[in-house]
Amino acid sequence: MSEQEIKSAVSHFILNEFLPGEDPSALTDTTALVSTGILDSIALLKVVTFLESHFGITLEAHETGVDHLNTIADIVRLVRSKLA
Amino acid sequence: MSTTALHLLLDAAAARFPDRIAVEESGEGDLRYAELVRLSDRMRDRLRALGVQPGDRVGLCLAKSGDAVAALFGILKVGGAYVPVDPTAPATRNAYIFQNCAVKALIVEERLAAGLQQEFSAQGFAPRLIVLNGTGAGAPLNAALDQLDRGPGGTAPVVPSARPRPDDLAYILYTSGSTGRPKGVMLTHGNAASFIDWCSAVFAPREEDRFSSHAPFHFDLSILDIYVSLKHGATLVIVEEQLGKDPARLAPWIAAKKLTVWYSAPSILALLAQYGKLEAYDYSALRLVLFAGEVFPIKYLKLLQSHWTHPRYFNLYGPTETNVCTYLEVPATLPPEQDEPLTIGRVCAHCRALVVDEAGQTVPRGAEGELCIAGPSVLPGYWGLPEQTAKAFLLRDGERWYRTGDVVVEQPDGQFKFLGRRDRMVKKRGYRVELGEIESALYRHPAVKEAAVVALSSEDGVRIKAFVCARDSAKLSVIALKRHCSEHLPLYMVPDFFVPLEALPKTSTGKTDYQKLRELN
Repeated sequence: MSEQEIKSAVSHFILNEFLPGEDPSALTDTTALVSTGILDSIALLKVVTFLESHFGITLEAHETGVDHLNTIADIVRLVRSKLA
Repeated sequence: MSTTALHLLLDAAAARFPDRIAVEESGEGDLRYAELVRLSDRMRDRLRALGVQPGDRVGLCLAKSGDAVAALFGILKVGGAYVPVDPTAPATRNAYIFQNCAVKALIVEERLAAGLQQEFSAQGFAPRLIVLNGTGAGAPLNAALDQLDRGPGGTAPVVPSARPRPDDLAYILYTSGSTGRPKGVMLTHGNAASFIDWCSAVFAPREEDRFSSHAPFHFDLSILDIYVSLKHGATLVIVEEQLGKDPARLAPWIAAKKLTVWYSAPSILALLAQYGKLEAYDYSALRLVLFAGEVFPIKYLKLLQSHWTHPRYFNLYGPTETNVCTYLEVPATLPPEQDEPLTIGRVCAHCRALVVDEAGQTVPRGAEGELCIAGPSVLPGYWGLPEQTAKAFLLRDGERWYRTGDVVVEQPDGQFKFLGRRDRMVKKRGYRVELGEIESALYRHPAVKEAAVVALSSEDGVRIKAFVCARDSAKLSVIALKRHCSEHLPLYMVPDFFVPLEALPKTSTGKTDYQKLRELN
């Protein structure tokens, strides 16, 4: 799966679930998601569940925090490392 | 033994158990009872040297830690009242709180000091600062005190600990305020002591107990964690903030730490039940599961009980103004057909309850009304708000009854059933949220013309929806609005959803029509 495909699936999920009505171009690769309150802790769990089921990967407990999931770029990097 | 002053219960326990561990911090080490006493004594002496006198307020802006526990006992020992704030909340909000109650001194982490000082200097406010280079089982606090001892004036002279009266202030907890500003709930040594002694009687803590410290110290659940554990020589096990929100990491941690008493808002327990893979770990040490702060969705409570079958479960109820005032021991297995939420149980032995109508008249048993509470745990009032204080109480037969604002009905068996709120306050993840405070924050956004906020209940708990109307029909970005809110509000108050509207619907009297907003989907 290409980087672009991963990015587009992740952005689409976050926009639909947590930012309904937002202009898709406002969500960039580097928009801080967790530290600015765009995703709260419950939303993060939903993101993790989505990543696991959509990409067929398993995230370790230490990978489910803000360090790995704060931006779309972080998330794409994590997913790619799991798929590699 | 009944509690008098809060710091004396620590000193008494330390005399019996000097070498037991008082506070344990993952990865940072621990503090034994004797060490905690020594460190809090040093804190007391330094605060006095800085000019803190009995009755003064002292701010705490630290991550939950052994350092924060030692600091708050030091504040109590000098006769002060501690004012803990959320270190992750915006500096503007915390600076407002410290200035509102005019703290004489402030104990703060270095990374947070500059932001606060910037706010203070704009207002010409200058409390004495004790700056810690982080937190971690007391080491940074010790280092900060060492450094002050080496400064001008030398080592702080040893002074005796205060002997407060029961009605002297022990701490002020700021909660969300409907006027857009947080308000300070004042609580005395006597208020806290009556609750702590009730906990001793009901939960029979032992020195072998290991208590979770999940709630932050600005949240009143921390009163049980800190004082009930330390009164009995038990260990307070700090749950670091990020860990406390992450069920995948928290579940194995609770098992590995062999916690015996867990106390938190229901929301994290619901997440543990759903995402914690609890079947994989050994929880045989756990003997008490206590929860408070909001309604526990019954579906997730049953799920939790299917994994944790042996502990006793208690639903505790009470606003910050009274701490826990009613409680229910939950049956170990709830009947599968039960889908009604739990009751809030019966009134605690140290409190009395009254249910009144709008006019303040007692309603017949079985009728709906507002729950009012009297007894030694009831607050004296709100800091600097005599009008709000007067409105919060009902005077009856020479006694002050705190009006909780919660509508209940008393069942024939004496248990109270919670029906809802009279006003616009909701509980989200156990925190009190005044919807008006969120609206005030939205109005501070330059492009927002009008804003209104409603709370909706869902299976995942309370969700907050904001309706916003932009000036000059500008398009407001949801991301920008969330970011704006996170700069003015704690994260748990940031709305979950934003809905743009041309204009807010109004009632015939020109007020925002919240009923209509709730119906908009």
